[in-house]
Amino acid sequence: MRGAHPGVVPGRRGRSRRYRAAAALGAAFLAAPMVAACGSGGGGGTTINVYYGPEENFQNVVEACNAKAAGRYRIVYNTLPREADGQREQMVRRLAAGDPGMDVLGLDVTWTPEFAEAGWIEEWAGQNRADVESGTLPGPLKTATYHGKLYAAPKNTNVQLLWYRDDLVPNPPQTWDEMLSMAEQLKQQGKPNEVLVTGAQYEGLVATYNTLVASSGGHIISDDGTRAVMDAGAVHALDELRKLATSPVADPSLSNDKEDSIRHTMEDGRAAFELNWPFVYASMRKDRPELAAHFKWAPYPGTLPGMPGKAAIGGFNLAVSTYSRHKPEAFEAAKCLRSAESQKYSAINSGVPPTIEAVYADPDMTQKYPMKDAILQELTDPAVRPITPAYQNASTVISTVLSPPSGIDPQRTADRLRKELQDALDSKGVLP
Amino acid sequence: MSEQLATAVASTATTTKAPEKGKAVLSEGKRAERRLGWLLCAPAAIVMLAVTGYPIVYSFWLSLQRFDLRFPARREFIGLDNYVTVLTSGYWWTAFGVTAVITVISVAIELVLGMILALIMHRALVGRGLVRTVSLIPYGIVTVVAAFSWRYAWTPKTGYLADLVSPGGAPLTERLPSLAIIILAEVWKTTPFMALLLMAGLALVPDDLLKAAAMDGASAWQRFVKVTLPVMKPAILVALLFRTLDAFRVFDNIFILTNGAQQTSSVSIQAYDNLIKGLNLGIGSTMSILIFLTVAVIAFLFVKGFGTAAPGSDQGGRR
Repeated sequence: MRGAHPGVVPGRRGRSRRYRAAAALGAAFLAAPMVAACGSGGGGGTTINVYYGPEENFQNVVEACNAKAAGRYRIVYNTLPREADGQREQMVRRLAAGDPGMDVLGLDVTWTPEFAEAGWIEEWAGQNRADVESGTLPGPLKTATYHGKLYAAPKNTNVQLLWYRDDLVPNPPQTWDEMLSMAEQLKQQGKPNEVLVTGAQYEGLVATYNTLVASSGGHIISDDGTRAVMDAGAVHALDELRKLATSPVADPSLSNDKEDSIRHTMEDGRAAFELNWPFVYASMRKDRPELAAHFKWAPYPGTLPGMPGKAAIGGFNLAVSTYSRHKPEAFEAAKCLRSAESQKYSAINSGVPPTIEAVYADPDMTQKYPMKDAILQELTDPAVRPITPAYQNASTVISTVLSPPSGIDPQRTADRLRKELQDALDSKGVLP
Repeated sequence: MSEQLATAVASTATTTKAPEKGKAVLSEGKRAERRLGWLLCAPAAIVMLAVTGYPIVYSFWLSLQRFDLRFPARREFIGLDNYVTVLTSGYWWTAFGVTAVITVISVAIELVLGMILALIMHRALVGRGLVRTVSLIPYGIVTVVAAFSWRYAWTPKTGYLADLVSPGGAPLTERLPSLAIIILAEVWKTTPFMALLLMAGLALVPDDLLKAAAMDGASAWQRFVKVTLPVMKPAILVALLFRTLDAFRVFDNIFILTNGAQQTSSVSIQAYDNLIKGLNLGIGSTMSILIFLTVAVIAFLFVKGFGTAAPGSDQGGRR
């Protein structure tokens, strides 16, 4: 700037000094957070950076673990974005660049194979593996395993239940068809009747469909994750989904429904049935206490007579980054964050279902978690979503092809899915 | 933009010298001067090559490979297979169509509105500076921030527009309304830019010409169509070129408003999804290259087909 005005007149000198002071101040402002960020890295001892989605009260769990570590390491909780896609994108981008700034990663249960195959997360072997495996429920453990090796420690699980109003239907339906005919009867009687599922074009629709396929004894993708199968069970599940979507008791905005919107509809009192995660219970008790008295739960309905439903598992696993510079401490920190004690705290205070079986037996849980038996029952024989490194691709394809659910033509949709899924698994096709 | 102007100025400079050149042997001094010229612009040219040329070549190289970050072991050279995959994909052509529709409609609306705005700013008698500043505000707001306001405005319960225009509906969950909202957001955002470019063209129209036309009895509309527009043509074409290239790469508005749901992906959104979400460097790079080629074709058509040139570059040489 000074070069542009070679003849600095005396009057301007003061101004230019002011400018320079202002510029220096501005630069200091910009640099301050960077300096602070560097400072936090070397505050004596080892810092373990945990990247995890926003969870109420998780900071308290972190602090309890820090107290236990007694100065050997200090865990810093870095909050990832709320949306699953945003969480995955941030981690994937940084891991692809070999970023050593992340130590412990909070992975959605469907991401384990992807991160493992890419070589971004460490295997849990030896004592670490034994520690994680002891007492952990088999369903959640399966989501952390890939090709027989353990790649993450299940932190919390999740499973959808059938929520219903016992003032409308005294006994919960056992099957999907039974649920629909009960709802249609309610409609004829002019009572609240809607059946709510997550039907928007996103992962929620994939989870719903996956549950229906597993309940019908079918397969979307082969067990080794390499082949698109779409067998008779998968076609049957498409038919069940279409039946609901075209039935008069479906929510008119089904193709737009996510977890939270159907929770609202249920709380508004328009619906009789809701298939959703257990978080709806606490919310109902808070928002509509008078309705909560009749708000009951049951295992996910089956799709075949005499066969119970198999609900898809959700939840989060903790993995250690390959690029971490403090792996032993990172493993230890991850183990502490998912210890029985931490899980009990999170279950009671944040409402996330534990992965360690013994926690369910804890007397404190009965009060806060009355639906724990139904959850535990579903967790003994759950549906695990396809285990493949290309899960993200597969999920995108499934949710696109199934949208809107009322447009499903079972055999034709199945054929299209089989073709596009195979491309997605081979990472060949174009993602929608 | 400043680079283009700089090259335009440079080319004017060379063309003015051109007539003397002919086939005559250059004098020693001239040759030294020319060598110095090359040396002086070499650093800039090398930096340009390094920051633009290398990424283009590298992504072309990636586009010839099967390369998915999740399957690092399966990386291989596959020639033009990725191009076949993308160009035979229905998803790609849907996105291409959506992008073309958004580009054509939004640029057309911007041209009309921008022209009106430019005329107003040009004619403003009082507070000219204020008028210009105010009209530039939308262009000064970060697109993502503006897009969030549009999204909230069009979402039932959080916004006034949704309830006002389509009570009971959710416009951003249907395809055509979503596209209309994306175009609206684009137009709102970039009309001031268009107006600014057009105003520069308006300044080129000599007042005498307009006065003479008025003396001959031409109406205001005739003066605009027969005098102003022809004189402004180069400026209009440049404005159209810049906006078309910009509009074809539309990303941020769509990313925030629908993120490509209800078949509203643009080609850029799709490239992002395949590259960042899908981690498929091969397919993603192929899409980037195809977008680059399309943009190059658009620019070529404008420059060769309509004779667009950077302002000033044609007159200088011919005079």
